[in-house]
Amino acid sequence: MAGLLNWFSQVGAIAKFGLMSIPQRRGAVSATIIGIAGVVLVLVGVLSIAAGFRRTMLASGSPDAAIVLRSGADSEMVSGFGRNEARLIADAPGVARNAAGPLASAELFVIINLPKRSTHTDANVPLRGVEAAALAVRDHLTLTAGRMFAWGRNEVVVGAGAAREFAGLEVGGTIKVGRESWPVVGVFTANGGVAESEIWTDARVLQDAYHRGDSFQSVYARLNSAAAFAQFKDALTSNPQLSVKVLRQSEHYAEQSEAITRLITTLGFLIAFLMAIGAVFGALNTMYSAVAVRTREIGTLRALGFGNGAVIAALMIESLLLALLGGTVGGGLAYLAFNNLHAATMNWQSFSQVAFAFAVTPQLLLQGVVWATLIGLIGGLLPAIRAARLPIAAALREY
Amino acid sequence: MSENTAGQSALVRVEGVEKVFHRGAEDIHVLSQLNLEVPAGQFLALMGPSGSGKSTLLNLIGGLDRPTQGTVHVGGDRLDTLSDRALAAWRARHVGFVFQLYNLIPVLTAERNVELPLLLTPLSPAERRKHVATALAVVGLSHRAKHYPRTLSGGEQQRVGIARGIVTDPTLLLCDEPTGDLDRKAGDEVLNLLQALNREQGKTIVMVTHDPHASARAARTVYLNKGRLTNEPEQ
Ligand SMILES: Nc1ncnc2c1ncn2[C@@H]1O[C@H](COP(=O)(O)OP(=O)(O)O)[C@@H](O)[C@H]1O
Ligand SMILES: [Mg+2]
Repeated sequence: MAGLLNWFSQVGAIAKFGLMSIPQRRGAVSATIIGIAGVVLVLVGVLSIAAGFRRTMLASGSPDAAIVLRSGADSEMVSGFGRNEARLIADAPGVARNAAGPLASAELFVIINLPKRSTHTDANVPLRGVEAAALAVRDHLTLTAGRMFAWGRNEVVVGAGAAREFAGLEVGGTIKVGRESWPVVGVFTANGGVAESEIWTDARVLQDAYHRGDSFQSVYARLNSAAAFAQFKDALTSNPQLSVKVLRQSEHYAEQSEAITRLITTLGFLIAFLMAIGAVFGALNTMYSAVAVRTREIGTLRALGFGNGAVIAALMIESLLLALLGGTVGGGLAYLAFNNLHAATMNWQSFSQVAFAFAVTPQLLLQGVVWATLIGLIGGLLPAIRAARLPIAAALREY
Repeated sequence: MSENTAGQSALVRVEGVEKVFHRGAEDIHVLSQLNLEVPAGQFLALMGPSGSGKSTLLNLIGGLDRPTQGTVHVGGDRLDTLSDRALAAWRARHVGFVFQLYNLIPVLTAERNVELPLLLTPLSPAERRKHVATALAVVGLSHRAKHYPRTLSGGEQQRVGIARGIVTDPTLLLCDEPTGDLDRKAGDEVLNLLQALNREQGKTIVMVTHDPHASARAARTVYLNKGRLTNEPEQ
């Protein structure tokens, strides 16, 4: 017990000695702290893009809303079922109802090409056919200009995001669908969610225009409550007439955002890793100089009987403290610079644009600290081992 | 040879010691077939030209290095076969070091410097404070306890170094050119102190020096030359 306490006092004495000699080495020390702060800043900054994007995608769907796809389908694109199946889904237990019937919208969509306002080149826009319940099964859907399209007519309403991005998408404009021109009669917002990037029309009109018969790709449903999801899902998956996949809308959007989130995350890690290699060399340099300027003193302590373990532990503590300081500075800067920063546009597959804000989450900050710690450990270990292995007699000969 | 056959009177017994350093491909034979006995309670001066191996021999006696060949006994312990860890523990218990350049830790006060070897003992903080106060009193620096090394004169720094060397009450005190960096007056004070420690507290002292003025204070002087010890200087 006393032995252990004394070991800690040994480590403390050497570590204190090291930390107090930092002013003598302030150049290398601040370069190291800045280097590590840079790694953490970039890592947290880039990953906050992915986190923010994901947060927006999650906000696109509420937990008491569900989406039903054909089983095995990863996205609406590759999903499909007929009118009968759509009706079975809408009538399933758990689905909320109003006077007009169940709050479920069987939908389909196609991708059309429209010229972008900025470059006048064509880009993909989803054109979605919806049923009357479409507004009720999504949160915060609001018409901000014009009116809703008329059922059974070749008319569309457009999401505010798509309207910003594409030429002709304003009330009074038209879009080309096949050989026809369809008027744009309204613009809607969806609280920044994914629907804002789409164009909507009547599902039956779209089925006719694209010769889709009576088929749909998805059913969007509002449930009685978030807790009703299990009942709804069980009813559908145990129904032998159906072969479907049931997701909460929030889960669905999270899944859809996975690819881009992974891409950004991979990029972030790659950049941070390359920078971390540089930071490790900086830390090595600092700790080698920390050992070099104290060679004789460390030799003296070892001559007095201080153990190699205490020497290594103390130098590692010094290195870790510097790294943690760098990590804290980097994380703090990332938070100040990036948290809630609004990003403009993001083109990805069928999403013409998704507006979102960077999110510097506690998990990201923790990750930054872990990286800083690793850099400190790697950068401190070799110099500490060198200090402990140098023959004492040789260390004492240093002037 | 059995550990216990070492003569009762000899605290330090160096027998048949060789020390070879390697510098690149070159072998440097520093000590060859060297024997030395230091009786308990003796004040021994070790002289010789620069580079003759005085520090090397002192390091072997202090358990800071191991001989290439031969044995080193101090007290009942055979040092040349101990592990690094065991040697460190042995040094903490049995030996005090005094260095030419004092080797104080610059960011610690005099009393914290003196306390360092006590961190290796099971003493409580209160007991450590008592031992530190005693050691500083012995070297006459109680009034400098809270001073940092850079605010002390060279002679005072060396006396702090001696306090650190004796604070654990070791039987053996090893001094490598303790007056080498001091003027005559400060050097004399340090030598007075070492002499008093030897006479009044019975400390066994081995002191490396090339100053005849310093060796004159010792009870016995040996000379190191070309790897061997003699009782008379060469020529
Ligand atoms: N660690 C070492 N590696 C190589 N050579 C050494 C080492 N230590 C000492 N020497 C050499 O051994 C010789 C004796 O050194 P030293 O014992 O310091 O002499 P002194 O203390 O008598 O001046 C010198 O030639 C020195 O260069
Ligand atoms: Mg020497």
